[in-house]
Amino acid sequence: MSALLEVRGLKTHFYTRAGVVKAVDGIDFTLNAGEVLGLVGESGSGKTVASFSVLGLIDPPGRIVEGSIKFKGEELVGSPVSRMRQLRGRDIAMVFQDPMMTLTPVLKIETQMIETVLAHETVSRKAARDRSIEVLRRVGIPTPEDRIGAYPHQFSGGMRQRVAIAIALLHAPALILADEPTTALDVTIQGQIIAEMQKLVAETGTAMIWVSHDLAVVETIADSVAVMYAGRVVEHGPSANVIGRPAHPYTEGLLNSIPSRTTPGKRLNQIPGMAPSVLNLAPGCPFAPRCPYEQPACAEIPPARNIGPEHMARCITPLTRELT
Amino acid sequence: MTVFLIRRLLQTLAVLFAVSLVVFVGLYAVGNPADILLPDDATEVERQAAIRSLGLDQPLIVQYGLFLKNALSGDLGRSFVYNEPSIKLILARFPATLELALSALFIAMVLGFPLGLYAGLHPGTRMERAIMTGSILGFSLPNFWQGLMLILIFSIGLGWLPSSGRGQTGSLFGIETSFATWDGIRHLILPATNLALFKLALVIRLTRAQVRETMPLDFVKFGRARGLTERRIVGVHVAKTIAAPIVTVIGMELGSVIAFAVVTESIFAWPGMGKLIIDSINRLDRPVVAAYLLVITFLFILINLVVDLLYTALDPRVRLGGKS
Repeated sequence: MSALLEVRGLKTHFYTRAGVVKAVDGIDFTLNAGEVLGLVGESGSGKTVASFSVLGLIDPPGRIVEGSIKFKGEELVGSPVSRMRQLRGRDIAMVFQDPMMTLTPVLKIETQMIETVLAHETVSRKAARDRSIEVLRRVGIPTPEDRIGAYPHQFSGGMRQRVAIAIALLHAPALILADEPTTALDVTIQGQIIAEMQKLVAETGTAMIWVSHDLAVVETIADSVAVMYAGRVVEHGPSANVIGRPAHPYTEGLLNSIPSRTTPGKRLNQIPGMAPSVLNLAPGCPFAPRCPYEQPACAEIPPARNIGPEHMARCITPLTRELT
Repeated sequence: MTVFLIRRLLQTLAVLFAVSLVVFVGLYAVGNPADILLPDDATEVERQAAIRSLGLDQPLIVQYGLFLKNALSGDLGRSFVYNEPSIKLILARFPATLELALSALFIAMVLGFPLGLYAGLHPGTRMERAIMTGSILGFSLPNFWQGLMLILIFSIGLGWLPSSGRGQTGSLFGIETSFATWDGIRHLILPATNLALFKLALVIRLTRAQVRETMPLDFVKFGRARGLTERRIVGVHVAKTIAAPIVTVIGMELGSVIAFAVVTESIFAWPGMGKLIIDSINRLDRPVVAAYLLVITFLFILINLVVDLLYTALDPRVRLGGKS
């Protein structure tokens, strides 16, 4: 089976006045049809830029400087704007982080859904509207035939995110990029949305990239996990392996930072220091300054090493012990 | 809505009362109209008779009380100079001023909106810099000087357009207007342009600022991610979002354009309210000045009301009276 999405050596840099920001600096990953990939990292690790790069939605001064993104075998890097527009929303859809900001506040839900249908298909407005109502029902909006005439501000945050998800599902895309879709929501709503999306992608066989800083969320939804740090993927593998037996010290640090994993009464674990600025990255392993296992050999960028089947880590001394 | 209108009506009356008081006291302080109205060789007896017949021998408070009493029954006094009801004099000249003001705002919007949109969408280009430089000239060069230059170039230099008067008017839907005849339109072009230049600069800068604020918002990116065309995003989503603030400002400007058409009307000898008011101030024709200021105040209040109603129509998030 050929891969649905193949990203090779992708570099997306931003040419700012202060210098070149290497937000994404050479990442590789592969996604098969129907698979869910969790893209994990701290703020500024490049995970959002990576997902926007797939859609070609990098605004100047940023641009993709190198690498290849193949979707169903078609090269997307350097592909004309008109072709990208055809793919966006139809074959690759996106759900954004903040549902308060993604829908245009002055237009009715109806208008925004119908225009999304009509952007890719020639059908009557009536047919487009009927389909929109159907999809709203599927994502759990009660009485969608009434609610479709409302404005975004008349919905709660969770309901708005459901509407955004419905818009993403309108064309039954092969791939959905979900950029922290539950971060801005209440915990109870988070759980609902995650369960809902899990069900929807399973039903339709849609592949998904779930961008998040929350390993606990990713653990429940993703088949495989890619951990990003300073613009690179530092560990990649099946979620059970990456989360159960992390090989990179950074992944271990992330897992230890989840409060529920700590024994009650014990101090919370944290990774010392801050995520480095990708503006002026020191040579060598970018995580070395914060790494408890740092050694002289870390002064050079470590190559990707295979840890197990389909499990890769960029560390010269990958961890081998089980997490307790 | 009803509560909103009633509250507005009461506010209107309060404002009109306050303005009338300020105007009356102010005019009283400026000078005695009898000094100007009477010929130099008038005897003291004639002088006293004239003062009594105009009611100027009463104390200020009595004069004001009388003025208020008459005003409440719709009588704003008779002009000292023309011996006609002052309101009639003003309303007779109102169409000419309104026509000029509306033409000027029309020019400002029709040119300003696209130019501002272009400048906002293409920051840093040569065209954008040209537009912005032009707009700085538009509002920093004195209006009267711009008027004189227009006359110098287009009337005297090129001889294309007439420089003074209203030209021939015709009847359009029962209203006497310059739009009805070609001669009238030719006479209208220069004064309307003169009055428009400042507002044009304002509309350009406002539109550009709004566009630049709106384009980086998530819903624009989400529009792209849905596969909408750039045309649809800018033409519908962005345009509708920025329409509300722009309409507000332009609405406010309509009032000021009417009120401050004085300069333009003087330069181009336009027979509107502005010219009447300048003449009346020079002759200390108190009733006309007072009536004019009250009419303008009322216009401002009316326009504000219309703008508020328009705003709610354009932005569904706004509710009148602050209650939902």
